[in-house]
Amino acid sequence: MDSAVQTINNLTIGFTSQKGERISILKNISTTIKKGETVGIVGESGSGKSTLALAMMGYVKHGLYTISGECIFHSNNLLGMQNKELENIRGRKIAMIPQNAGQSLTPNLKIGYQIDEALRLHTDLKKEDRDKKISELLNKVRLPSPEIMAQRYPHELSGGQQQRVAVAMALAGNPELLLLDEPTTGLDVTTQAHVLELLNFIAKDTGTSMVYVSHDLGAIAQVSDRVIVMYSGEIVLDGPVRSILKNPIHPYTFGLLKSIPKLTSPGLPDSMSGSQPQPGTVKLGCSFYERCNLAEDKCKTNSPDLEFIENLNTSVRCFKYEDLIDFKETKSDNVKSTNNNILDNEILDISKVSISYAKQKFLEQLFNKIDDTNPTVQDINININKGETLALVGESGSGKSTILKSIAGLLKTKDGIIKFDKDKVLSNDLKTRDPGFLRAIQLIFQNPDESLNPNHTVEEIVSQPLRLYFGLKGDELKQKIIEVLEKVRLGEFYLTRYPRQLSGGEKQRVAVARAFAAKPDIILCDEVTSALDVSVQAAVLNLLQELKEDFGTTYIFVSHDLAVVRAISDRVAVLYQGRLCEIGPSKNVYQLPSHPYTEVLLGAVLEPDPDVKPKLVAEDIVEEKPPEQGCSFQGRCPRILGDICKNVVPPWQIGENGNSIRCHIKVEDLKKQQNVN
Amino acid sequence: MTLEKEQKKNNLQKIFEVIKTMASKPSGLIGLSILLFHVILAITSPLYVPYDYKAIDPSLMLQAPSSEYWFGTDSLGRDVFTRTILGGRTALTVTFFGSLIALVWGGALGIFCGLVGGKIDDVVMRIIDAFLSIPWILAMLLIVSLLGTTTLVLIPALGFFYGKGIVRVARAATHDVIAKDFIVSAKARGHSNLSIIWNEILPNVRDAIMVEGAMRWSWMLLGFSSLSFLGFGVSPPTPDWGLMISNARGLMSFAYWAVLAPIFGLSSLIIGINLTADAFAKALGIDRSTKAPV
Repeated sequence: MDSAVQTINNLTIGFTSQKGERISILKNISTTIKKGETVGIVGESGSGKSTLALAMMGYVKHGLYTISGECIFHSNNLLGMQNKELENIRGRKIAMIPQNAGQSLTPNLKIGYQIDEALRLHTDLKKEDRDKKISELLNKVRLPSPEIMAQRYPHELSGGQQQRVAVAMALAGNPELLLLDEPTTGLDVTTQAHVLELLNFIAKDTGTSMVYVSHDLGAIAQVSDRVIVMYSGEIVLDGPVRSILKNPIHPYTFGLLKSIPKLTSPGLPDSMSGSQPQPGTVKLGCSFYERCNLAEDKCKTNSPDLEFIENLNTSVRCFKYEDLIDFKETKSDNVKSTNNNILDNEILDISKVSISYAKQKFLEQLFNKIDDTNPTVQDINININKGETLALVGESGSGKSTILKSIAGLLKTKDGIIKFDKDKVLSNDLKTRDPGFLRAIQLIFQNPDESLNPNHTVEEIVSQPLRLYFGLKGDELKQKIIEVLEKVRLGEFYLTRYPRQLSGGEKQRVAVARAFAAKPDIILCDEVTSALDVSVQAAVLNLLQELKEDFGTTYIFVSHDLAVVRAISDRVAVLYQGRLCEIGPSKNVYQLPSHPYTEVLLGAVLEPDPDVKPKLVAEDIVEEKPPEQGCSFQGRCPRILGDICKNVVPPWQIGENGNSIRCHIKVEDLKKQQNVN
Repeated sequence: MTLEKEQKKNNLQKIFEVIKTMASKPSGLIGLSILLFHVILAITSPLYVPYDYKAIDPSLMLQAPSSEYWFGTDSLGRDVFTRTILGGRTALTVTFFGSLIALVWGGALGIFCGLVGGKIDDVVMRIIDAFLSIPWILAMLLIVSLLGTTTLVLIPALGFFYGKGIVRVARAATHDVIAKDFIVSAKARGHSNLSIIWNEILPNVRDAIMVEGAMRWSWMLLGFSSLSFLGFGVSPPTPDWGLMISNARGLMSFAYWAVLAPIFGLSSLIIGINLTADAFAKALGIDRSTKAPV
């Protein structure tokens, strides 16, 4: 087990800037990947983790070059090899699984053909043997009925299935080393848990070494034996997974772990201030100095070396790690009481709302109605009180964003009424909706890169709602913009910046500022943190919470991340296929008994703890359409009763914790069954 | 300083930067210099022409280039040098304003269609397609023979026919932007369509449309000269390159100078505009080579 598969010595990769300076992306990386070992590489975006993974297969991105060091695989330096030689190694001995399998599979070739191509290139098998091998590989990645699967095109597969095909293709050449670049990012929680479990199985079964690159400590915890933490192009911590995740002895990892919201501890996570230094900022001292709580004068001028600590079997790049070894976590009382602001005053009443994406037929257009017996979203009843945070949770395709859009007026509802402030009916159509209501409901989007106009300065972006709703001009406008920016902790000097000059967290702050500039009553947050790094996510969540306390705003928060929802919401509504499954105060929804779907979701959440394994209770099938009749979850339900679930829409039951569950199984029975597991 | 003033300053700065980037490459520098040369020539040439462009003198018919008549004389004894340096004025003016009109109506209609989509978009685009299928020169001949060959007819007519292609480009560029969340966000805030077009879409498609307009300019110049060549452009005795080539082409075998000078004028201007458009596209970060000319 101890022989090295790959050794990296003093690797430095960088580029030459326009000014002619040499800037390093990776700085003096040295590490060894042993046979049969799974190494997780963690870091925030820009930490150089993907560059390192690519260097491991002898590839350096265009524009970058190796400044010094080597990457040794079977006593050959991959970085010094010609492309011809590398072709014999890539795919055969070192294989890569990309982040987005859907984009890396050729859309117009059948799955079987694409795997066959990999086999033809990387093995010497004959045609008949290859066909057998294709079935074998598809079986190995647990795709049902391999023969049928091989005849399909990539778009006919779900995201999880595409990722499995990518794994099968990578395994085609029987590689010794498998590089995985964020293989589960972008997959649904349940799918992600299944794919990770499969990877674990393959690692054990084939004895392949794996390098798993991810920003998600939860995923890393599930698969890795050893973890490398990267920061600003350097390894700051390198050691066994348990000791790193349970007792991190580098302040960066410590802070990172604290900033991850967890199911087990309610309340908002602590955020880390600041951001990673930009590549090329040359300075003395530790690269983490500015964000470090333990920093002292020495850290400012001297850069710590990576030091191996014998008894912990861990390497750390910090002068003060000893402080963290003995650190006993004091249970800080950071559970903010969020209930203070909730008034018993209904601000939004969604009743019997259905939304259909079905296209109107000619006759229906004449009568302006939609005839769709099975709409995408059906029968949604939710009341929201002023000052409350309601979360809509569900996997992709659950209709949570669809509901948000129709509240904002961007999507027409088929049936049902949305009332604002008790009795004011919101118009179905954006054009006829009262401008006052438009101002009262603001949206924040998932990806600030898309939601901020790249050709507008921060000043112009924030000025838009101010001009539109309040007609401000000149100095008054400018004053107000500065005021709003200050609320989201951005200084005046941001006014003239363009979005591309800001970091991800800063961009999202600008988006938050724009929403708050309208002085809204309700803010709709659509996956606002899922495009952000963990430490930034915590900061944005904290900001949203503070703003809410200051202004008494109501949030409707859409997310697929149950831990984030747990941290910020007062009430949670769980959706499956556009139908409500469960709704209730968040602490109650997270307790048993719960709706079988909530149970599946909660089981699949990955905690950054190698000893907490996800519970996989249901298959990760993806249903394309809600069932015509009966319970929406019948297709995947692990506790299905039989015909009643298929034919009758289940009734609402009040659970013992005060949450409403929509299921045919009696709450007491649910409790009994769920406590067994 | 107020917001508007700052924006103006920023725009000026941006234009200056773009020109600087354009001039930093040899091809861009050459293109810009040729274009600038032609523009200056067109503005100032009446001040220093050596002869009267319409003075006919049978005794000077088809003189070869000499120190007195630098480019020789034509079949009516007029000085070719005079007529050549004056010959670009009408062409430049007509096509410059023509492309400006094409840019404005094509860009506006394209963005509008891209934004509203649906039925309106379908109908308008099919009409544009129908117009694209009519050979432009035929349509131009029809318009010119109905309404005459004055500049006031030529500018809008050329502007209309060369704007059709811009509609498509502007619509495609708008489609790239329209799906982005900042447009959705503006819609949800309740901005009017006009405000969305002006504030959100235009800054993002402006570059693409402007490059397209610069390309159209050189095409239009060729088109205008073709009209003159066919006798439907400028009427004699106004000096114009297309007309001069047409008049002198029959005598090419023994009086090559009479046709060579206007050809040189016309082609150098087109090359200048093309090189400038290319450099402009590169300076703005749009790769023109990936786009097929429509």
